[in-house]
Amino acid sequence: MIAAMMTLTVLGSLLGLLLSLAARYFQVPSDALREDIMELLPGVNCGQCGYPGCGGAADALVAGTAAPTLCPPGGAALARALAAKLGRALDVSAGPPLLAEIDESLCIGCAHCGKLCATDAIIGAPKQIHVVLQEACTGCGVCVDVCPTECLRLRPQKPTFESWCWPKPALAGV
Amino acid sequence: MRLHDFRGGVHPPSRKHLSAGRPIESLPLPSRLHIPLQQHAGAPALPVVTVGQQVGKGELLAREQGVTSAPLHAPSSGRIAAIGEFTAPHASGLPLPTIILDTDGEERWAEREPPADPFALSPEEVAHRVGAAGIVGMGGANFPAAVKLSKARQAGVHTLVINGAECEPYVTCDDQLMRERAGEIADGIAIMLHALQAPHAVVAIENNKPEAVEAMSDACRHDARIEVLSLPSRYPAGSAKQLIQLLTGLETPAGGRGTDTGLLVHNVGTAYAAHRALRHDRPLISRIVTVSGGAVPEPRNLEVPIGALAADLLAYCGGVSDERARLLMGGPMMGQPLPGPQVPVIKGTNGILALTPDEIGEAVEPSPCIRCGRCVDACPMGLLPLELSKRARGEDWEGIQALGLNDCMSCGSCAYVCPSHIPLPQYFAYARGMLAAQRREEQKARRTRELMEQRQARFERQERAKAEAAAQRRAAKKPRTAVLEADED
Ligand code: SF4
Ligand code: SF4
Ligand code: SF4
Ligand code: SF4
Repeated sequence: MIAAMMTLTVLGSLLGLLLSLAARYFQVPSDALREDIMELLPGVNCGQCGYPGCGGAADALVAGTAAPTLCPPGGAALARALAAKLGRALDVSAGPPLLAEIDESLCIGCAHCGKLCATDAIIGAPKQIHVVLQEACTGCGVCVDVCPTECLRLRPQKPTFESWCWPKPALAGV
Repeated sequence: MRLHDFRGGVHPPSRKHLSAGRPIESLPLPSRLHIPLQQHAGAPALPVVTVGQQVGKGELLAREQGVTSAPLHAPSSGRIAAIGEFTAPHASGLPLPTIILDTDGEERWAEREPPADPFALSPEEVAHRVGAAGIVGMGGANFPAAVKLSKARQAGVHTLVINGAECEPYVTCDDQLMRERAGEIADGIAIMLHALQAPHAVVAIENNKPEAVEAMSDACRHDARIEVLSLPSRYPAGSAKQLIQLLTGLETPAGGRGTDTGLLVHNVGTAYAAHRALRHDRPLISRIVTVSGGAVPEPRNLEVPIGALAADLLAYCGGVSDERARLLMGGPMMGQPLPGPQVPVIKGTNGILALTPDEIGEAVEPSPCIRCGRCVDACPMGLLPLELSKRARGEDWEGIQALGLNDCMSCGSCAYVCPSHIPLPQYFAYARGMLAAQRREEQKARRTRELMEQRQARFERQERAKAEAAAQRRAAKKPRTAVLEADED
């Protein structure tokens, strides 16, 4: 009886020790994971994700309270990379990417939008018509709300010769 | 030369009799020509003409941009009506920047200065003139010919292979060119050999074109460097990699260039264009196009100015007799489905086909893969088309690359033999598009990061400048107060 109790106690404590050691040695240290994520994030602390800068965003990602799609300037490529790093599924419900466009007939050149854009995608001098450079716009939408004449809209990208690709063959049961 | 063999391949019905053997006819000059700025691999050409300008035939319209690019010349004399956008001869139906030329019907040539003796020119100069004439690969690859010539000379290529295999069904433009203009082609080959400084050339022709083989043998008899070879007819013998394998037994390594094997492949049409450029100083402004298919009443080979619309060619051949017909640019195996007949002929256009649903086999619905393995036997690149298409269906982009998607040359052999009629190459095209989109996204993400960092740096600079300015103001104030204080003293 006592022998059995002893055996179990010893066994239990040994295994417990082993487990805690394993946890220590085999765990991906969350610091390292956080660092990897910081590498991926743009690192410019624009705050568009709603967290205090990229560091805050990385913490939320490690803690699992934020989705891999949190960073608007990062776009789909970053979302994919983050999902892969975190081993999480990516919700790809979004349609074609939307980009900002300025209705030139409404733009009064107030220059509010350009000050906010994190990628300097909006160009134009004060009192001049502004334009959005589609190559630089990430579609984050920050500029849309500040425009006093509502001439900024997010629109689906038009396919170009370079971006066009063949559709997936539609086949039933193949 | 002893012939080797290549893996796989198929024997689709050739249907070449529809257009073969008919003499080349010239298409009546259309009143309007549409010349896309991008008709070649590489960077688009840059227009050097303005709207309203009168141009002579052969005058430069747009010059090349960068090393891999090609200039464009006026296919006829007339007036530049517009420089705008026009539907590209491409399945997307999207427009490309295009020069639109209204012809005046005079066919007035701009001044020409042919060299007295092309063989007195240096090899570099010959290659340069080939480039300046806007010559690109005329078998459909559209790669600037001068770039290929210069690179191959530097790589020490020993054999120039002139590709007259023309393995695509229906298409007979190279066949007819060889039958009628063998002497000019032979001269073009000699010029290209000079540009390459190579000792040997082989003209490779499928044995289903005995007339072309005979004409070329006759024309090349006087030149011991040129050998004319008749190949077994099996699709895709005319693809550069398979042709090299047939001639040497060597496989072009994945991602490697054909010149690594010491061979350089050029199309017969390219040799003909080189002859015209070096003997007559005529740029590449027209080409032979096969107009054929079950829905074309009078199939023909036409000599066509670049920029003529497919509709012009079809109208000359009796129109399209079946409104369900599918229009293709190129052959039925690798050709480009056209969005409509209102698209221009470009330098690489070898055929305009109007195929009836029966000819395409469209009527048959695809059914599930039965894993019969026929596609594997047919693939000349030794791929597993059934597995590739499975990955594409499952959107497994890493898997499909690991299985060798990049080696697939879209020859369509796999789909041709598939008993389930699965459109295998369409899956591969879809996968390529998705992979390209991913690459673009990643590039954009990198760019975004750069832009954001630049902006950050700018803010910091501004802050620093402000702080410095403030410090300076403070510093500037100090002495004055000191002076004041001194005054007060
Ligand atoms: S939105 Fe992206 S770049 Fe901006 S702070 Fe958040 S994680 Fe960083
Ligand atoms: S949506 Fe507006 S603020 Fe956002 S990247 Fe585009 S232009 Fe800049
Ligand atoms: S030929 Fe068609 S049915 Fe046979 S294995 Fe290939 S894809 Fe499947
Ligand atoms: S299309 Fe690609 S996979 Fe199919 S046979 Fe040709 S090379 Fe092989």
